Amino acid sequence: MSLTKTSTLQIRTPEGIAFSLLLAGPVTRFLAWLVDVGIVIAATVLINSVAGILGVLSPDFAQALAVLLFFGLQIGYGIGAEWWWRGQTVGKRLLRLQVMDAAGLRLHFSQIVIRNLLRFVDGLPAFYLVGGLACLISKRAQRLGDLAANTIVIRNPKVAQPDLDQLLAGKFNSLREHPHLEARLRQRVSPGEAAVALQALVRRDDLEPAARVELFAELAAHFKSLVEFPAESIEGIADEQYVRNVVDLLFRPRREKTDREEAGRKEAQETQKT
Amino acid sequence: MIIDLEKFLASERPFWTELERVLERLANDPYHRPDLAAVQRFHYLYERAAADLGKLTTFASEPDTRRYLEALVARAYGEIHETRDQQHRFAPLKWFFHTFPQTFRRHARAFHFTVLITIAGCLFGGFATWLDPDSRHVTMPFGHDQIKPSERVRREEAGERDHLAGHKASFSTMLMTHNTQVSITTLALGMTWAVGTIIALFYNGVILGAICVDYLADGQGKFLAGWLLPHGSIEIPAILIAGQAGLVLGRALIGWGKRTPLRARMRAISPDLVTLISGVAVMLVWAGFIEAFFSQYHEPVLPYWVKIGFGLVEVVLLTVFLSRSGRETKMTNDE
Repeated sequence: MSLTKTSTLQIRTPEGIAFSLLLAGPVTRFLAWLVDVGIVIAATVLINSVAGILGVLSPDFAQALAVLLFFGLQIGYGIGAEWWWRGQTVGKRLLRLQVMDAAGLRLHFSQIVIRNLLRFVDGLPAFYLVGGLACLISKRAQRLGDLAANTIVIRNPKVAQPDLDQLLAGKFNSLREHPHLEARLRQRVSPGEAAVALQALVRRDDLEPAARVELFAELAAHFKSLVEFPAESIEGIADEQYVRNVVDLLFRPRREKTDREEAGRKEAQETQKT
Repeated sequence: MIIDLEKFLASERPFWTELERVLERLANDPYHRPDLAAVQRFHYLYERAAADLGKLTTFASEPDTRRYLEALVARAYGEIHETRDQQHRFAPLKWFFHTFPQTFRRHARAFHFTVLITIAGCLFGGFATWLDPDSRHVTMPFGHDQIKPSERVRREEAGERDHLAGHKASFSTMLMTHNTQVSITTLALGMTWAVGTIIALFYNGVILGAICVDYLADGQGKFLAGWLLPHGSIEIPAILIAGQAGLVLGRALIGWGKRTPLRARMRAISPDLVTLISGVAVMLVWAGFIEAFFSQYHEPVLPYWVKIGFGLVEVVLLTVFLSRSGRETKMTNDE
């Protein structure tokens, strides 16, 4: 297991497989906490309303119930929600955060209880100052409760994929005519290289014209060096179009194309009949 | 190396789906105990998915599949490599009569230390009150400094009216929640290398010592025993056990004489901390009821010997419970 400076916790399994977890920072966690506080306040208002109604029957019992429920809510909300939703409260769900075991193992009930009970110290003197400072100092962005419970809070950001259909639409891809070369290209291009090509296409309009030509020329030359397609397939294709075709091969699985081709073939047959 | 990615995905996907189903089942039913064949199959599926991820990681294409597989392997890793004891179905009676006292005894030294700290606080508070009666304004909370003990006893024994009439239930819950909060704070302060826990215990001792000396100096020892013993015989040990949990936490944090890393130390004590603080909560519920419905009645409504006798019986029962209960079960480290 290792930590990088990008607030990422890397876990390497004994099988040699590595996966990384994005650690949540104090600001995101504070926002999630604010949402949860709002929920607790709303629930408290509801409890008071119910107690007010019950107060008609017995004011003493109603007040006792309200005190008990409020206390239960204050202590139990975090514990209950994190246990029920496997490490998430409403606030954490909204901000896509999740409590996890620090070693990537199964989260135990005792861990959830401890990290929630220790909020009393993390919350000192006000607004989670101690917890926030601990979070900033800690390598794993842990507050004191997390340290004691061996937990971390990770972020699962929604990765917004560029709209490939829009990006690559309406262009004939001559490279698709050679499935065996397409497969070879998929094998030889690394994830990093593919990401660079995709980003170059996404940001092409932000580039200076000269820089744009130079960048796509370099990328095209690199991909051509990896797999050599027949000359007739790449003849007359600009470097930018070549890179676009490569990205199309890498990011859009062939089966989508065959589906589209199938649909297109059917449509063509129907138009022929009419 | 993958020669034909599409074929690879098509052939492997059923195994991933099967692994996902196994993980779902384990997540939905934590008490599920698969048989040996199912465990072997689970392990095989995990290793296969891990190997697939390894192959797929080098591929630029299929980023979604890679992310999916990464999450799947991470979940399976959490289940496969978990070495802590499986969470048993919660049995409240077994927990209260076996696990709680066993855990208490396992950390008996920490409890003895909390007793010593509290006694030191009592001596300090008592000595301060005896030496300087005006210090009661600093050492006594809840308005006890505003009235002389003999005056309070005169008013209580006059019994003109039940000052808690119509408020007993709310008073009881207020006591329970307040004391539970104090206990949780005492435990949580263990994160200050137990310095905060020691201060909290010492301060509690100061209050107790100051009140005791104040009442004894005013000749109200019988009233004091009748007032404090019924609920204090449970409430005070409960706070001490919370302090015990705080000291256990602080000790694990410091790690004196232990070569295990911090995370391993914390992992080892976390079930014990939850057990101790949960036991404290149960004790405080009882103490809250007694304080609201029993302790606040004095002579002539309730003779002092009844109240003192009740308190002493509680002390004996609690001592027997904590020192004997669950002894027949062999103690193990993972309980």
